Order: sequence, then C-alpha cells, then structure tokens
Amino acid sequence: MASKNKKLNLKDKYQYLTRDMAWEPTYEKHEDIYPDESFEGIKIINWDQWEDPFRLTMDTYWKYQAEKEKKLYAIFDAFAQNNGQQNITDARYVNALKLFLSGISPVEYAAYQGYARVGRQFSGAGARVACQMQAIDELRHAQTQQHAMSHYNKHFNGLHDASYQHDRVWFLSVPKSFFDDARSAGPFEFLTAISFSFEYVLTNLLFVPFMSGAAYNGDMATVTFGFSAQSDEARHMTLGLEVIKFILEQHEDNVPIIQKWIDKWFWRGFRLLSLVGMMMDYMLPNKVMSWAEAWEMYYEQSGGALFKDLERYGIRPPKYQDVANAAKNHSSHQTWATFYQYSQATNFHTWMPQEEEMAWLSEKYPETFDKYYRDRFEHWDKEQKEGNRFYNNTLPQLCQVCQIPTIMTEKDDPTVFSHRQIKHEGERYHFCSDGCCDIFKNEPEKYIQAWMPVHQIYQGNCGGADVATVVEKYYHIVPGVDNMEYIGSPDHQRWLDIKGLKPLSASRDKTAAA
Amino acid sequence: MSVEIKTTSVEPIRNTYSAIARRFGDKPATRYQEASFDLAATTNFHYRPLWDPKRTLNDPTRTALRMEDWYSVTDPRQFFYGAYVGNRAKMQEAAESSFAFCDKRNLLTRLPEETQKQLLRLLVPFRHVALGANMNNSKIAGDSTATTVSQMHMFAATDHLGMGQYLTRIALLLDGSTGTALDESKTYWMDDELWQPLRKLVEGTLVIDDWFEITLVQNVLLDGLMYPLVYDRMDAWFGEQGAETVSMLTEFHRDWYKESLRWTNAMIKTVVAESDSNREQVQSWIDQWEPMVYEALKPIAQATTGLDVLDELRAELSVRLKKVGLQSTGVQA
Repeated sequence: MASKNKKLNLKDKYQYLTRDMAWEPTYEKHEDIYPDESFEGIKIINWDQWEDPFRLTMDTYWKYQAEKEKKLYAIFDAFAQNNGQQNITDARYVNALKLFLSGISPVEYAAYQGYARVGRQFSGAGARVACQMQAIDELRHAQTQQHAMSHYNKHFNGLHDASYQHDRVWFLSVPKSFFDDARSAGPFEFLTAISFSFEYVLTNLLFVPFMSGAAYNGDMATVTFGFSAQSDEARHMTLGLEVIKFILEQHEDNVPIIQKWIDKWFWRGFRLLSLVGMMMDYMLPNKVMSWAEAWEMYYEQSGGALFKDLERYGIRPPKYQDVANAAKNHSSHQTWATFYQYSQATNFHTWMPQEEEMAWLSEKYPETFDKYYRDRFEHWDKEQKEGNRFYNNTLPQLCQVCQIPTIMTEKDDPTVFSHRQIKHEGERYHFCSDGCCDIFKNEPEKYIQAWMPVHQIYQGNCGGADVATVVEKYYHIVPGVDNMEYIGSPDHQRWLDIKGLKPLSASRDKTAAA
Repeated sequence: MSVEIKTTSVEPIRNTYSAIARRFGDKPATRYQEASFDLAATTNFHYRPLWDPKRTLNDPTRTALRMEDWYSVTDPRQFFYGAYVGNRAKMQEAAESSFAFCDKRNLLTRLPEETQKQLLRLLVPFRHVALGANMNNSKIAGDSTATTVSQMHMFAATDHLGMGQYLTRIALLLDGSTGTALDESKTYWMDDELWQPLRKLVEGTLVIDDWFEITLVQNVLLDGLMYPLVYDRMDAWFGEQGAETVSMLTEFHRDWYKESLRWTNAMIKTVVAESDSNREQVQSWIDQWEPMVYEALKPIAQATTGLDVLDELRAELSVRLKKVGLQSTGVQA
C-alpha cells in the first residue's frame, strides 16, 4: 500500500496523532457535546487554526516525565535519610514552606481539576490534549509537593493540615477564592486567567521567589522540585501565550472580552502575589532579591515587552498597572506588618526583622522603608523585648474581591488606605482598591456570594464564638505551637537544640492573644 | 556478613500529615497515601460555577450515587503520578522496540494489500473510540471529588490517548508516514455501516452528565466487552488472516486492559457495596447500556470473529458483574 504522497512533516504528523482522532459528530449535536463553549461571548471560527504549543505524544510524555520523577524521588529519599532539614539557614525559613504548602499546593490541585475540566470542554482536540497534559502536570506538582514537604512536616510545626486549612483559614481564602473564581468561570476565561495571566505573565513572580529562596537557604528538597518542574512550566507558559493569540486572532469581537479578563486577572494575580512579596523580603533568612527588584524584572520589563507585542491585536497593558508598579515599594512591608499582628491566627510564625535585615530593607527600599516602616518595626521590636509583643485582637475589614484585609494605600499617599465602598441592591460592599472595586462592578452577582472568613466568624459559622476557639477547633492550628511569634516557639527551641545552641533564657513572647 | 552504615536518627514530632493520621493513625505513611487522600477542597466554595449554577465546585452530587466517603474507593495499583508514569514508561519502551522492529523489517508493508485494508477497516478506527474514552475520562477527572477516584480517571484519559496514538502509528507504518491510510481508515469510521452503531454509542456517551454513569458505561461495559474482543479474539483472528505481526503492536493494549480490571473492579465493588440504592442505580444503568454496547460491537464481531465470540465475552462480563452483586444479559450464553 506504499503511497506516493509526501511524508508528513513534524507538525502534520502530530496533528494526525492528536486532532485527527476526533471527528464531527452526526448522532449528537455539536453543542450538546460541547455545551460550555459559547456562553462567554467568545467566537471561535476555526479550531483548525490552533497551533500546538508543544508536540508531545503520550509515549514521550511518559518517558521524559518518568526520568524526571526517578531523579526527584532519589533526592527526596536522600534528603530524608540524611536529615537535610538540618541544613537550612535557619528555622525561620520553614515558615515560607508553611505558606507554600497551605497556600500554593492546594491551588496546584485546583489547577489540576480546572484543566481536567477544560480538557473536556473545548471542541478543538488539539487544545484539549494540551490542557489534559497540563492537568496531569498539575497533579504531579500537587503530589510531589506533598512528598517534598513530608519530611519537614515531621520535624516542624504548621505544615500538618494544609488542604484542610486552605478551605477555612482567613488568609488562605485569598488563594482559594482566586482559583474558585477562575474555576467557576467559563473555559475561555479560565485559560485567560490561569494559562495566560498566571502561568505566563506572573509565573516568575511566584515560582522563582520560592524556588530560588529554597536554593539560597539550603533547602534541597524544595529546590529539587523546582528544577524538576521547570520544563513543565515552560510548556505551561507556551500554552498560555498560544491561547491568548489564538482567541484574539479568531474574531475581533473577542478583543474587548479578553481585555476585560486581562485587566481582572492581572489585578487579582497582583493581589495574590502580596503574599509572595512578604515571603521574599521577610521570611527568607538569606535574601535572593527584593520584591521590588523582582517586580521590575519580571513584570515591568518582561510584562512590558509582552504587552508591546500584543498591541497589534488591539490589547493594551492591564488597567491600574501604574498602581501596581508604585505598590512594589510598599506591599511587602504592609503585608508583613499585617501578618505580624494577626499571627495568633496563622499556621506560621512571624517576627521582627533583625538589625542587618532592616539595613538590607533600607538599602533595597531607599524611598520608603526608613520613612514609613522602620519606625513601626523598631517600636514593635522594643515592645516585644519588654514583654508586650503586639497582637491585634480586632479582626480586620476584608476586601470583597481579593479578600485581603484592606491594608493597601493610595498610590500617591502611603499613609491613606485606598478603601472604596459601594452599595449594590441595598447592601454595602468594601474594597481595598479601585482595581477590586471595578472587578466587583463587572460581576456583582458573583462576588456577593464570597465566603468571607471574618464575616463567617462573626456569623458563628466557624465553630466558635471567639478567635482562639476558631483557631484551635475550626482551623486545626495548635495554639502556642503552630501560631504566634517565632522567638520562643517550639520550632525555635528545636532549632537551637539541633544547632547545639542554648535556648534563650526566657521566651520573649509573654503576651498571649485573646 | 552484612555491612551496616550507622546513621544518626532524629526523633520526629509527628509521622505524617494530620489528614493522613486521622485516617490511618500517626505512623509513617506511604507515598500513595500522602499524595492521594484529602488533597481536594471540600467546603466553603466562594462562587457558583457559571457553567452549572445549580451545583457548587467539587460537588459530590455530580453523580446520583452517594458515598459516605468517596475516598473509600482506592487504587489497588497504588498509582500516584510518579508511580503511574514510571510504570507506563516501561510499557512504552517495550512498545517502542516492537514498532521499531516492524518498521525496520517492513513487517506490515509486506502484508498482502487485502490484509492491510482489513487492518485499516477493522482495527485502526478504534483510535476514534479511544479519543471518546479520553474525553469521557477527562470529564470524570474534573467532576469527581475524591483524589483517589479522580486521579485514576486522569490516568485512564492519558492512557487512552496513548493507545489511540499507537493505533494511529499502525496506519502510519502502513502508508509510509503520509497519512493516506489514516484518511482512508477514518472514512470507514464515518461512513461504513459496520461502524455506525459504535460511533453512535460513543457520541451518546459524550452527552451523559452523571460521571459515574460515564465511568460505568465507558470503563466497565464498553471496555469490558471491546478490549477482550479486539485485542484478544480479533487479534487471534487477524493472525489467521496472516496478520499475526500486528499482535506485537497491540501488546500495550492487552497489558493495559489486564491492569485496568484491577481498579475498575475495585471501584465498582466498593460503590455497589455501599448501599442498596447505589446498587439499584448502577443496575438500572447496566440494564439501559449493556445491550446497547453489545449491539454496537455486533457488526464488528460478525465481520471478524463471529457473533458467538461476542456472546461468550458477554457472558464473561456478566460473571464479572455478578461477583459484585450485579446482573447483566449473557449468563445463558
């Protein structure tokens, strides 16, 4: 049967191995098989124009991924056998891992679920295959992260109930509501939100701080995961870019819809990254770079070039980008100060930066640190040394959209909160910013449903009438062990024992939270 | 004599994560356990899905079946991601050497024209069924709530994609990588009477809403009759037609099916044993779908092995279901 036709090139061969397996149905209606493709207003004229972002067949996928897994688990085993947790710079560092396992790993899992769904929803078989491979990659990330953290969980506090806490703890509704928002949206918005805005535009601001932070702080388990996931992430970024270009090229009516989603998901992503900013500047004993430097490099420069490139489709940079750029000099300090005073209700510890860290912050934030934040930190440090470690016993107001306490300030005046409020159908709603307020106005019926942790505590839906009970019973945060000040904590004591140092004569932390 | 390196051991403060300890006790857990239990969000979802406003995200009511705890469905293979890809990497290595060998020795292109046509008409179109299975399992992975259940279906989704790709490569071997054989094969799937009942069935599964109904129809009833028919009985029949070499190229499918019986049987058994109402619901789906699956495969069996072979396999499926307290047509055969 040898044919005289030309041999297929790589691209066509891959299409035969993926999308040619699909067919146009005749026994069922197209729209019954793919019912979710049209309600968002996105018009797809021809799925054949989808360019495969990568060309992996399953056999090569299994082969390459298995090689990566084999190496990764060999290192996890060696790490555990040699008690590699003792080689980190300082036990304060582990608090970054507590934030990672409770804030990030559960959203890896949510991404798995989201991509499995869109891997079914699209009628383009090429796009389905790409999404399914991302789905199973995200499952990999969620699971290898459990295994990477497994040994830390045995030797440090606060890592023991991450997924459970993700559903309940006040600050974890920040990442949870972010992904719930994306997953409850339609398939095209999901891809714009996660593949493009998150995995492409902002990924280096999430992935790099944690993984380089691990590298700079002697954490072999986490950095090995990071190295191993790099090539997965490269695929995910390619998908993100292909998705946006494909949708924009399909129909001019798609442009304003996509622009609205880019505005929304840039802002939501930027708000989510506040947690990473404080981690980078405050939780890493050995610093990698400042949050401001990271934002400049990975957003202002790379993002700037990207949006320049998208100009030809009629796309402009995200709205309120200027506010985000200005906030880079404030947000990590504001966020850390917030967690410092509410760490009676977190699964990780906080502390005041040491002298040389404050000097580093002054150097990295010459315009803002000494002027706005140093005094406050020195005051708290003094109070703490006098036995009055400050905890704020009044719960904060939360933003209705990003659910971060409304701690952010006006672009032109860092002493004034950028609080906004509106009335919708007789009810009042509050926001941290114009960015979040706009998102609400576009879809109020969505955001009025939000499960706001502080409100839920006051409504009596969190298993207790006071914060201490909620923290212990509903959050599964062990009081005096998982939460509060680092100095004098069981983690701190244990670390001093490991290093053969004498514990401090008395705990500096005498003040219990209410 | 044995040599033992002394290592320092450090006393841990706990042995595993709290969710794992609540289920299995505070003792060192397996990789499968730490990767598979209680990872998924269960409560306090913020917004209702725009694509299904009646239900929440991660809603257990996306199937009519009720389980006290869906995590009681577990994988006897203990596959988490790493174990899964490790296993499949070995299987693909064997497949790779078979494909390379057939290619190098021209084992397929050497077959008589008529036999090659039979492969394109009777074997290669199953790649379209594999694509339907891929879609169905991806949907289930997105809809089912417990990780132990969801991940088995994600693995099945990628497995079916891989198996469809192996069938595709059989045609590419035949046409010298030009795609002409694939085009020809697809016209049988689309137009040949022989395939229409099966194509109709596959399209029908793509509009089922209840994810457990889908896994039952796809992974138990359809695969349960089709895999033994195609990769065991039709494989032998192809041998009689002089195409025994193709058997080398479907070894993956046979190994895969044997292994998939382990998790599908365990899943059905656990779910049906949970309650009478589950058993009755599953039984009513079997009553509805099993005869349709049989009818869909009938023309293919008639054109190859003969109908009695399909009846025999139907009886075997019936025995398999009977073991978990379910009934289907076929015992009399």
